[in-house]
Amino acid sequence: MTDQAATEPTQVEPDPVLVRVREEFGEQVLDSAVEHDQPTFVVDRADLLRLAAFLRDDPELRFIRMSDLCGADFLDVEQQLNRRARFEVVYHLHSFDLKRWVRLRVPLDEDDAVVPSLTGLWPAANWFEREAYDLFGIRFAGHPDLTRILMPDDWEGRPLRKDYQPPREPHEWSFNPEEWQQAVQRGS
Amino acid sequence: MPAVMFAKIADWGRSQSLWPMTFGLACCAIEMMATGASRYDVARFGAELFRSSPRQSDLMIVSGRVSQKMAPVVRHLYDQMPHPKWVIAMGDCASCGGIFNNYAIVQGVDKVIPVDVYVPGCPPRPEALIDGIIKLQKKIAAEGSKEGER
Amino acid sequence: MAVRLTEEQNLVLNMGPQHPSTHGVLRLVLELDGEIVVNCKPVIGYLHTGFEKTYETKTYYQGVTLTDRMDYLAPLSNNLGYALAIEALLDVEIPPRATVARVLLAELTRLASHLVSVGSHAMDLGAMSVFLYCFRERERILDVFEMCSGQRMMTSYIRPGGLAQDLPPGFEEAVRAILEVMPARIDEYEALLTKNDIWRDRTVGIGTLLLDDAIRLGVTGPSLRASGGDFDLRRDRPYCGYEEYDFQVIVGSRGDVYERYLMRIREMRESVKIVRQALDRLPGGSHITSDRKVAFPPRSELATSMEALIHHFKLATEGFRVPAGEVYTSIESPRGELGVYLIADGSSKPYRLHVRAPSFANMQALPVLARGGLVADLVAIIGSLDPIFGEVDR
Repeated sequence: MTDQAATEPTQVEPDPVLVRVREEFGEQVLDSAVEHDQPTFVVDRADLLRLAAFLRDDPELRFIRMSDLCGADFLDVEQQLNRRARFEVVYHLHSFDLKRWVRLRVPLDEDDAVVPSLTGLWPAANWFEREAYDLFGIRFAGHPDLTRILMPDDWEGRPLRKDYQPPREPHEWSFNPEEWQQAVQRGS
Repeated sequence: MPAVMFAKIADWGRSQSLWPMTFGLACCAIEMMATGASRYDVARFGAELFRSSPRQSDLMIVSGRVSQKMAPVVRHLYDQMPHPKWVIAMGDCASCGGIFNNYAIVQGVDKVIPVDVYVPGCPPRPEALIDGIIKLQKKIAAEGSKEGER
Repeated sequence: MAVRLTEEQNLVLNMGPQHPSTHGVLRLVLELDGEIVVNCKPVIGYLHTGFEKTYETKTYYQGVTLTDRMDYLAPLSNNLGYALAIEALLDVEIPPRATVARVLLAELTRLASHLVSVGSHAMDLGAMSVFLYCFRERERILDVFEMCSGQRMMTSYIRPGGLAQDLPPGFEEAVRAILEVMPARIDEYEALLTKNDIWRDRTVGIGTLLLDDAIRLGVTGPSLRASGGDFDLRRDRPYCGYEEYDFQVIVGSRGDVYERYLMRIREMRESVKIVRQALDRLPGGSHITSDRKVAFPPRSELATSMEALIHHFKLATEGFRVPAGEVYTSIESPRGELGVYLIADGSSKPYRLHVRAPSFANMQALPVLARGGLVADLVAIIGSLDPIFGEVDR
């Protein structure tokens, strides 16, 4: 991963995806690189929606499928791994035409881990964003139903954070059939 | 005398016709399905029908890892089963948490419900599960069904 | 003059997480108008195991055993995805014997997985015999896996660098024996289901997924291909030399439950073809890379070479180190695109390993498909999407 302009190992032509995005976004792309045939763009969250929509709708690119969305926690290793903030949300988009993936990374500070939701562009992002919220605590503004998805609803803590301490005592389970029935009525 | 003899016959009958509940959680469930399929055929041992409803089954084979979210459900299902009932913890995850010693997995289903037979393996071979069922049958025949004690 | 004495309300019904037809621990909160599903909300997480956190605490070599347990119907597929991600960063050379064997095993796994998928789907809809027949064939494939690795299911046989051990003697005969019976057995299952009126009544026109919806929802695998999406990673982004094999990508058009079932049946036939080709071209040679910083040296060398002993010690205690970097590799698992996003920090443990599970994305299509159908159709739809909750919940 480099901080400067894209690495072009032995190719004569620069990567077309890289060129197209730089044409359109220029300075707004904080970092860019191509490794293992996957262009990576680091953007600020303010530019995320525009860049994602561009990648999806541009007729030369057509990254119409969202492959993956996940969070990452770089507590204490930001310098070592060349990251700009503690958290990152990483998106992988796929283009059937180009048969390639592109990676978007949005750095987020610890006390302000909010990023716009991409559910408007791809409904597929829905559960992926809920998982990142559940396991990292990253909030997705505009998500239709941002609730825990994998851990129990009353769980405390964000398990995939590097400083997560699992509870010392076993979780006190209580099963109240009335509560279950009420939750069913609420539709949750 | 006749009461004791009748109880013994009843226990023998119960042991030879254990009806498991379909409670497959994870990978062990696939081996449980293989045990019920044609090559290993657990129906030979009386477990002819895997009942879906806990109210109609007397054996709960906990096959797979029990997560934090699932634990209260396991307890609720166990409570819904009528007496006499037995539990086989199939596999390492159900017995002791298995290879997952972390925040998400209950370290053994015996933290939630009482277990009669533990079958080790990850997943246990169908023969191992059948061995566990036969051990349970011997246990029922030896100890009786202890109605009302649980 | 009619007096309304009661208020009409939709029934909210809870289905699962223990249910015979939910293919695992899936909970559905259904809003019903009589028998018709007005809304369906899946609740998952009942099998969340913390895989991604656990990977961060295990060396790359130890992590292989965890991968089997995610998509537990296709463990070798998971092993392969994991190994390919690590090898992309490691940049080691995989010997040809290992590469061909990986394709062979991956296709056998696809066969085994589709057998369970078709079998249990059929059983959910009432066709018990198909289930028993499918498991009969699956047992033979599991015998082959047991022959290779000692384990029927969780083989952990495909490791970073190659295979765990060389293919055993008798492997070729066992696989040829399977290939001899397989196409005919698939015909048997088709004879029971494909033109069966009851089967068709329950599956044709049910749960139709349009191609646009499928792409926007991130559906991949047979479910996407049944809707007309011509996308198969084995052909479009080949790995392990898949470009040298002659096979067809099965694409449908109607996108209903019946079409998804047909996809799996036809993919089984294609897998048989690929296994035959792989077996015919299986070369001799080593089963694992000769890079001693990654793979254990052969036992015979340990008695004579000090260097081999040191390598063995380092690999067994610390594990091999992967240079810092990040990569996203994906393979075509029986359920769709199985992606592995690996961030390595130069140590012997992954810094972050995220698995993109195909069933996780496929399940998001369930509310869309269930709406407007009957509760009985819901069972057919879940079976046709073929989710595995080990990988949905990870």
